[in-house]
Order: sequence, then C-alpha cells, then structure tokens
Amino acid sequence: MNRFRPIAAALIALLALSAFPAFAEKVSITYWQYFYQSKVDLMNQLIENFEKANPDIDVEQVTFPYESYQQKVAAAIPAGEGPDVVNLFYGWLPLWVKSGYIQALPQSDFSADYFKKGFYPFVAESVNFGGKNYSVPTAVRTLALIYNKRLFREAGLDPAKPPKTLEELAAYAKKLSKYDAKGNLVQAGLLMQPNGQGHVWIREVLFRQFGATPYSADGRKVTYADAKGAQAFKWYTDLVTKDKVGYPNFSTDDVTAFKAQVGAMNVDGSFRIATLNAVKDLEWGVAELPSYKGVKSNFASFWTHSIASGVEGKKLEASVKFLKYITSAEVQELWLQKVGELPATPSLSAKYKADPVISVFLNGLGPAHATSYVDEAGQRAILVDAVDEVNLKGGDPAAVLKAAAAKEQKLIDDFWK
Amino acid sequence: MTLATKRAMTAYAFLALPLAFFLAVRFGPMLYMMGRSLTSWGLLRKTSSFVGLGNFREILADPVFLQSLSNTAKYAVFGAPAVIALSLGIALLLDLVPRGKGAYRLIYVLPYITPIVAVSWVWRWMFQSPPLGVVNAGLAALGLPAQEFLNSPRQALPSILAVNVWVELGYCTTVFLAGIQTIPSEVVEAARIDGASARQVLRKIVLPLLAPVTFFLAVMEGIQFLRIFTQVYNMSMQATGGPLNSTKSAALFIYQKAFVNFEMGMASAASLVLFAIIMAVTLVQIRVLDKKLNY
Repeated sequence: MNRFRPIAAALIALLALSAFPAFAEKVSITYWQYFYQSKVDLMNQLIENFEKANPDIDVEQVTFPYESYQQKVAAAIPAGEGPDVVNLFYGWLPLWVKSGYIQALPQSDFSADYFKKGFYPFVAESVNFGGKNYSVPTAVRTLALIYNKRLFREAGLDPAKPPKTLEELAAYAKKLSKYDAKGNLVQAGLLMQPNGQGHVWIREVLFRQFGATPYSADGRKVTYADAKGAQAFKWYTDLVTKDKVGYPNFSTDDVTAFKAQVGAMNVDGSFRIATLNAVKDLEWGVAELPSYKGVKSNFASFWTHSIASGVEGKKLEASVKFLKYITSAEVQELWLQKVGELPATPSLSAKYKADPVISVFLNGLGPAHATSYVDEAGQRAILVDAVDEVNLKGGDPAAVLKAAAAKEQKLIDDFWK
Repeated sequence: MTLATKRAMTAYAFLALPLAFFLAVRFGPMLYMMGRSLTSWGLLRKTSSFVGLGNFREILADPVFLQSLSNTAKYAVFGAPAVIALSLGIALLLDLVPRGKGAYRLIYVLPYITPIVAVSWVWRWMFQSPPLGVVNAGLAALGLPAQEFLNSPRQALPSILAVNVWVELGYCTTVFLAGIQTIPSEVVEAARIDGASARQVLRKIVLPLLAPVTFFLAVMEGIQFLRIFTQVYNMSMQATGGPLNSTKSAALFIYQKAFVNFEMGMASAASLVLFAIIMAVTLVQIRVLDKKLNY
C-alpha cells in the first residue's frame, strides 16, 4: 500500500491543479483608446466586470491624447508593439483597413446577420469592406438643431416652437441676428461653422434634402456637384453672404459662440450634451434638424472597436470575447448614461423615447447617413475651403462646388489607386 | 606628451561630448531625413519603397506647397528688412535719449521675451471681428469700418507678419544698441570738430561702423522669417494656415504633411527644399553683404 501513496498523492495534486483556474495560463490583451475622461472611467469599470467574468483574461487599457492618437497607432502597430483591441473613428476605417492595421472580424462571431439584427444600417455599411466586417461600435452620434431659449424669447419667438423646415430656420435666423450701428454682426442667428458640424450638415443633410446624392453607392464617386447640390450649397452660403446671419469663426467658433450666448442656433452633435449642460445660465433646447420639402436627413458617426492585425490564437479569442462584451446591450446602455452617446442597437432606443434631449438625437438616427470617408480631415477641408471661397473671395457657389467636387474626387481616386 | 598637447587633449575630450550630442540629435536625423526623402515612407503604409525624386516632383507640383513657398517669401522679403530698418531707427533714437533709456529698452524687449504662443493668442483675440476685437473697437472709435484681419485671405498674412515684426524688434533693437555703444566716441567727436553735420556723422560713421551688426541681423532675421511656424500655427484660423492657405508657411506645410497626413517621405522632401532655399538665401546674403561691408 505504501508504494502507491506517492503516486496517489501526485495524481491528486495533478487533479487539483487542473481544477484550479488560477494555475491555467492567463491571456492578457491591451485595449487602446484616446483620452476622454468619461470614456476612460467607464472602460476601467467594464474591464473590471469583464475580468471578473473571465478570470483567465487580463485586459489592460492604454490611452493617449487625441492629438497624438493616430500617430501612436501608426507607429506602434507596424512595429508589432500595438494594441490587440483598438478604438478608432469610423472615418479612419478605410485607411486602416488599407494600411493593414486591423483585421477582419471572425465571420463566426460577427456575421452579416449579426450586424443586420443588432445595428443601424449605416453602421453595417460603414464597417464592411469587400464583404468582410472590420469593426463594431458601442455607441453612435447624430446631429440636431440646438438653440438658446433665452435669445428666442428676447426675439419674440416661442422657445417651445423651434423651426421645423429650412424656410423657417432661415426666417428665425434673421430674426435672431443682431447688428451694431455699423452693420457688424454681434449676435448670430444661426452659427455657420463648416469645420465644425457644418460640412457634414451640407454633405449628408442639405445636399440630400435638395435632391442631390452626395456620393455613389460605393462611395467612390463624388456626385453632389449637380444643379440640385449647387442649390443646396448656395442656400447655405447665402445665409452667410446675403442674409448675414452668421459666418465661419464668428466669436472664434460655433461652440464658443453658443456657450457665450452670442449665437442663437447651431447644428451640433449629441456628443455636445454634457458640454452644454455644464454651462451655467445657458438655457438650451434641442430640435430635430429642419426638413425641406418633407425630406429629412441626418449625419451619423461613431467611434468603433477593431482587432489589430497580427493578433491570433488565444489572444484573438480573448479579444473577440472582450469585443462582444463592450458592444453588448448592457454596455451600450451604460455608455449612454455615463458618456452620453446613443446606443448602436435600434431596439434599445425605445426606452428613451420620453427623454426630451436624447429622443431628439435618437429620432435623427432613422434618416441618418454616414459618409464613407477615405481621408476625413482632407475631405472636410475641401468643403470648408469651398465655403470660404464663396464667402471671402466672392466665388460663384455652383462653380466653387464643382471645383471642390473635382478635388475630392481626386483625393478618393488617389486613395483607391 | 608635452603640456601643450595634454591641454589640447583635455580640451578635445571636453568638446567631444557636445560634438557627439550634436552629431546624434542634429546631424544623424538630418542625414536620415535626406535618405528618407527618396522613399515613399508613410506612417499609414506598411512598406516603404525607393521612389527616387518622385516626392520632389510631387510636392513641387502641389499648388499648396508652392503657395506656402510664396507665402514664406512674403514673410521674409517684407519681414526681415522691416524689422532691421525699424529697429535701427529705434536704437538710434534710444541712443539720443538722455533719461529713461532702460525703461524704453525694456518696453521694446518685452514682446521678445514673452512666450511666442502667448503673444500669438493675445493678438489673435485683439484681431477678432466686432464686438470682440480690441483693434476693431479702436477702428470703430475712429469712425473707420471694421476689418476682417485674420479672417481675410488678403489681410491675414500681413496681420501675422506685423505681429512677428513687433516681436523681433526687441531682439534687433538690443543688438543694435550694443553695436552703437561700441562705436568709439573719439571718432564721432573728431568728425564733429571737423564740422560734420549730424546727418554726415550718421551716414559716414555710425551706419558703416554698424555694418557688421546689420549684416549679422540680416542673416539671422532672414532665417527667422523663412522658417516662421509658431505664429502662423497659433494665429491662423484653426491652425491650418488659412483662410484658404493664405498664411501657410513652408514650415507649417511640412508639419502638416508629416504629422497630420503622416507622409514622412513627402515631408522630408519638402524639408530639403526649404533647407536648400534657406541655405541659398544665406549664402547670397553672405556674398553680397560681406563684400559691401568690408573696409
């Protein structure tokens, strides 16, 4: 009997070892995002929850300032020092996919059906390249018309009745504008900031409302420079040059002017809710983007999560698990509460139908489009410059728009070359 | 080993460290950059290949780069002479002031010792449209129409240029003042006794004797204006050298190519072009001015 004792002991020890999870090999993965306090705090909490549920996975969060975020990613991933799961703006996806920074998500976990069922259509479209899905978001953002209730009352307008159509918007803007004795604008009726949300308002909302289609279905042809697009663009620039209800960089920029209460209305995103709530004495309201001839449109955008290229084996498995968790319905709701961004899953919206602010942004999701950028900053600059050409150099809107479209087309062609 | 060689060795040993540092942080990267300017290196590309002079061809055909070069020329051609003429005048006048010279000198040197980013932002706000901008408020008080300044493609570059001239005045005035003080008073007195007028003293004695200082400042200010960056970055709308690229300097163009678009190869090529221009301008200055100023 004594002879078997050591063997039995060894067997028991072995059993104990395999049953005790702490001795199983731990997988550690890294998550990168840019630094935004509420997002970082929430992510820390999510990681804690996730690690509790998955004791064999270790997640580390690394953050960088927004300004240097792309630089860090661009330097780290090719060197193999990068993250496993990475947060990025959807507008960067084409470039990152082309550069080979991120890999296609496994079909088994993120099928086309998965996106169709769980996400808004513009999300599914924006993350799909060559039939493969590369990214999955937690939250999305839309635009709305925000307005200053006090300035409405001052101008004799009812703060409960914000403009519903573009015609009303222009009329309200004129009533809300104030000038000094020399004719200089001192209070903008409508803030016109193309490099803020103005360029996407033109690009995805005004163009469509006037009957133009901004881009071909695959996003590779710029199609907004037709007669209808020119009308839309002229409608926008006329507000600056003829009606003089606002101009680019008035009081430095639109957000500053609105916070300082020298701008009465602005087109801005749901991500601004927290900023505006933090301003003392600012009584602001929010309304759906005005429609035109019954046509509604909106611009949606989102930050999204991808898996870096080169991640494989156990790390890939863990990354997929983590990705599934941070995009789950439960987390999407937390995200709305803590960060203020809208859930990426349509079915979750129903709960917030009664919220006076969130519901407005949620309603915008229905008619929303997301531009498929190849170079977000470059494409933005082209429309910003186009407005300047008309405003500062007296260019003809139709001709300027045509030149802008040609420039943007070249940018897109160069990218896909 | 003699004492002399020992001393020399010690000196070399001490000099070796700064030399190594210089080679590592200045020369090395510069050579690396030169090599990289011939490649398609970009942070958003996985591979980089040799493209010969392709980058140079591309940037020299880029209308934005050409505009940034012409803007840079404007900064240098109008900026450097303006600074030198104004600061020479101020220094000559300051030299005549019997009392409060120190206070005056302080006033002129203050902008120079203030951080340039702070200076730029204060001016950016002063140039604002009504009702915010102080400059426009002044114009209004005089009954003049409001100006667009930094918002206008025609006025933005002169506005930034004017601020930079004002900043550089402090440095140049101080150097000129020091130069004036080295002029031997005997020479001036002798001229006076011989019946020279104040104007003659200035033209025949003071200005020629200030020539080396003027020459030094011409070279330094030329370089300063040719590589202007901080003021443009901080004063132009949205830091892009706008509106419509009207204020973009070559240095800002390079920065954007490298750290916004991550086109490192292209940015290296643009740097080399700017380097060649600065080098050429400086060499011409040395040639022309040095010949004229030798006595």
